[in-house]
Amino acid sequence: MASIDTAVPPGEDPAPYHEEVADPRRRDFINIAAVAFAGVGAGVVVLPLVNQMNPSADVLAQATTEIDLSKIAAGQAIKTSFRKQPLFVRNLTPAEIAAADAVPLSELRDPQSLEERTKGKKNWLITMGVCTHLGCVPLGAGEGENKGPFGGYFCPCHGSAYDTAARIRKGPAPTNLVVPDYAFSSDTTVTVG
Amino acid sequence: MSFPWAKQYQPQNSLMKWVDERLPVPRLVYNAVGAGYPVPRNLNYFWNFGVLAGAALGIQIITGIVLAMHYAANGAIAFDSVEHIMRDVNAGWLLRYAHANGASMFFIVVYLHIFRGLYYGSYKAPREMVWLLGVVIFLLMMATAFMGYVLPWGQMSFWGAQVITGFFSAIPGVGETIRVWLLGGYAPDDAALNRFFSLHYLLPFVIAGVIILHIWALHIPGSNNPTGVEVKGEQDTVPFHPYYTAKDGFGLGIFLIVFAVLLFFYPNYLGHPDNYIPANPLSTPAHIVPEWYFWPFYAILRAFTVDFILPAKLWGVLAMFGSILLLFFLPWLDSSPVRSNNYRPKARIAFWVLVADVLILGYCGGSAADPVYVILSQICGAYYFAHFLIILPMISRSERPTPLPNSITEAVLAKHGGTSPAHTALTPAASS
Amino acid sequence: MVRFIALLVGLAFAGVLALALFGTVSGLITDPPAATAEHEFHKHPKELALASDGPFGKFDNRQVQRGLQVYKEVCAACHSLRLVAFRDLKEIGYSDAQVKAFAASYDNIPSINPDTGEVATRKGLASDRFPSPFPNDIAARAANNNALPPDLSLMTKARHDGAAYLYSLLTGYQNQPAELIKHFPDSKTPAGLHYNPYFANLNIAMPPPLTTEGQVTYLDGTKPTVDQMAKDVSAFLVWTAEPKLQARHGAGFATVLFLLIFSFLAYGAYRNVWRNMKH
Repeated sequence: MASIDTAVPPGEDPAPYHEEVADPRRRDFINIAAVAFAGVGAGVVVLPLVNQMNPSADVLAQATTEIDLSKIAAGQAIKTSFRKQPLFVRNLTPAEIAAADAVPLSELRDPQSLEERTKGKKNWLITMGVCTHLGCVPLGAGEGENKGPFGGYFCPCHGSAYDTAARIRKGPAPTNLVVPDYAFSSDTTVTVG
Repeated sequence: MSFPWAKQYQPQNSLMKWVDERLPVPRLVYNAVGAGYPVPRNLNYFWNFGVLAGAALGIQIITGIVLAMHYAANGAIAFDSVEHIMRDVNAGWLLRYAHANGASMFFIVVYLHIFRGLYYGSYKAPREMVWLLGVVIFLLMMATAFMGYVLPWGQMSFWGAQVITGFFSAIPGVGETIRVWLLGGYAPDDAALNRFFSLHYLLPFVIAGVIILHIWALHIPGSNNPTGVEVKGEQDTVPFHPYYTAKDGFGLGIFLIVFAVLLFFYPNYLGHPDNYIPANPLSTPAHIVPEWYFWPFYAILRAFTVDFILPAKLWGVLAMFGSILLLFFLPWLDSSPVRSNNYRPKARIAFWVLVADVLILGYCGGSAADPVYVILSQICGAYYFAHFLIILPMISRSERPTPLPNSITEAVLAKHGGTSPAHTALTPAASS
Repeated sequence: MVRFIALLVGLAFAGVLALALFGTVSGLITDPPAATAEHEFHKHPKELALASDGPFGKFDNRQVQRGLQVYKEVCAACHSLRLVAFRDLKEIGYSDAQVKAFAASYDNIPSINPDTGEVATRKGLASDRFPSPFPNDIAARAANNNALPPDLSLMTKARHDGAAYLYSLLTGYQNQPAELIKHFPDSKTPAGLHYNPYFANLNIAMPPPLTTEGQVTYLDGTKPTVDQMAKDVSAFLVWTAEPKLQARHGAGFATVLFLLIFSFLAYGAYRNVWRNMKH
């Protein structure tokens, strides 16, 4: 069958079909431009459809947690939550601090000193309670829980063991427990986030 | 499809050839909305609304799936979860307003599509099945829209659910049992909200399925056209693509402009303020109205105010459902062999009276139950039934249609003037 | 056969409607609906022009901020604003620090004592929503002569012509017209209610909230007349009901402009494809 441009329906005067109008390229341009605009429009529409899955304003706003440190005795830890994730706050004993400081950084998988992992007050170790392997909550913050072979935290899922500075020492986890952004708003309160 | 001159799909490249040989989807699309579907060349802009209805359904499904990611179907938090979408979810206000106004756009487009079918006799043989499936789609749309309107759990949502499920209590004997079963309680609550949400999510996909049947049934005889005269030969048709894809592209642009103006500048114009008040089972709004697209049917419901053999309430409910269900019988009620009202002087007048009638019914349905509006609803309701069940069947027997063109091409050429169309058709080269 | 049954059904419906019509009309003649005080004396809202009106509307942040002050110092005694969070105030021109300080000025955010589990209150954070003046609806009713002060978050969208309605209501308190009592002696405003022709049933439980000039002291030096305060709080409540209005208008213009160009091109493409085909 003839192409659309040259098809003359039977019963019609063929004459006008052979008078080529001014510039055929301009006509193609309009067709291409229309299709291109439709494509751009469809692309832009996808943006809000994707963006709606990002955290909403109320979720972002709840990104701060205040913690009262006054009730945590040396050697104790509490489990609280930050951004709906567990947060470990631990008051290290001098022995635990010494144990952490005694480890040469070169032995560590993710070399960081206790100094770097705390903010001025070396005894307050504040970390996310999320194992950096696959996201389980490690044991060790609760009273009587298994602290693992290095006296810090121990993840029961796949056996990652953290030391008293919550650094990874053994097992599959690649990095140390994450230290969130926080600041001491007074001697006994900390604002996380 | 059924036209011998329809172009056959020729794969453009080896990949499409490979796919087509194993799963002929490219062929299916080509024959449905591509160059393989010959369409009458004389369709006017009213034939755009089928494609636009499909676009509206697509918009509803996409925005709906996304909204369902944030909505919570629980009476205690449903209202707040919608406000959460409006205030906190990224682009949430856009998605929710698009969905709410998209429903209105869907109905606007479908009503125009239905009235186009009524005017041009698209329901007549051999397209009865297309029409019947269309009425099924319309019923499914109404159910979906009603259940969707309940979800924000505002005052109109709640009382709409109460009133509409109340229809079923009009059924003698078992009515109340059915109503309680539908709601899963004595009044709309969590159970009703959850099942409405479930069905509201399901039904659009059922609609999409019936649309496929609707299009399939359409492609057997091919599209109707403004003359109502059947396609006689290849000269009467053009391939769907690019002719009607181009025209539908333009139609889609205009549709989206109207939609965008509504969505961005008047997003609550078609809604009701009471739905921004959380549902309160202890206080009924002063003036309960459904969404605008139900107003004509709501007017018919309220028009029945006397007990005559049956209670008034039952008459109202029967009439309301009857006013839609009678459309299923339309192909057999109108026995005129002429399809298009362009050639039916009496049926054309009846059609325009029906349009005015439905508009008045809609206005009455949206107004308070003032005696003036009740009287108008009663007159217009009576005409509505008379039109389909009495007047149209009678006209179709007595009417003398004006002369039909011999073919679509003849009609097109006559419109463009010049030589006598019949003459031109016989001697193509005469005028050159 | 179909047509015969249809005729019967059609006659049945039309007949019953004719009967109903007769009933309605005769009812109207024998028992004409009595005029009601609501019908005669209810007034439509006054005109109110706000910066946020119309397709080009933008919030006048200074006015909205003044409205916030009126809400906080007057309305908040009874009305909650439960859908609005302090953090949202950044949208009307406050800085992070101002929002934090504003939130902290509330010390009645419901909470739970972490040690004892008892119900307690704490200071507001930016992420909190405005606290409600009453712990629940029953308490609210008990404190307000059994009338429930509605939440104001969505008020301007929950009433027809919302902002103008609010403005009219706030400035519309008056004595009951003598005319009304003369014609409708039963409609005298009951004790404890207040006559207001802009309220649907004319008698509202809320006492006039804005009564004297200078009830609030505006920080920006605007003269706090009753009219000004009513306008400002209406503007504020337009914002609380539709905080995304400006984003919506902006996106709307871009979208419509884009679609106009697209439709123009699509029309060109349509004419182009059909140029040799009479139709």
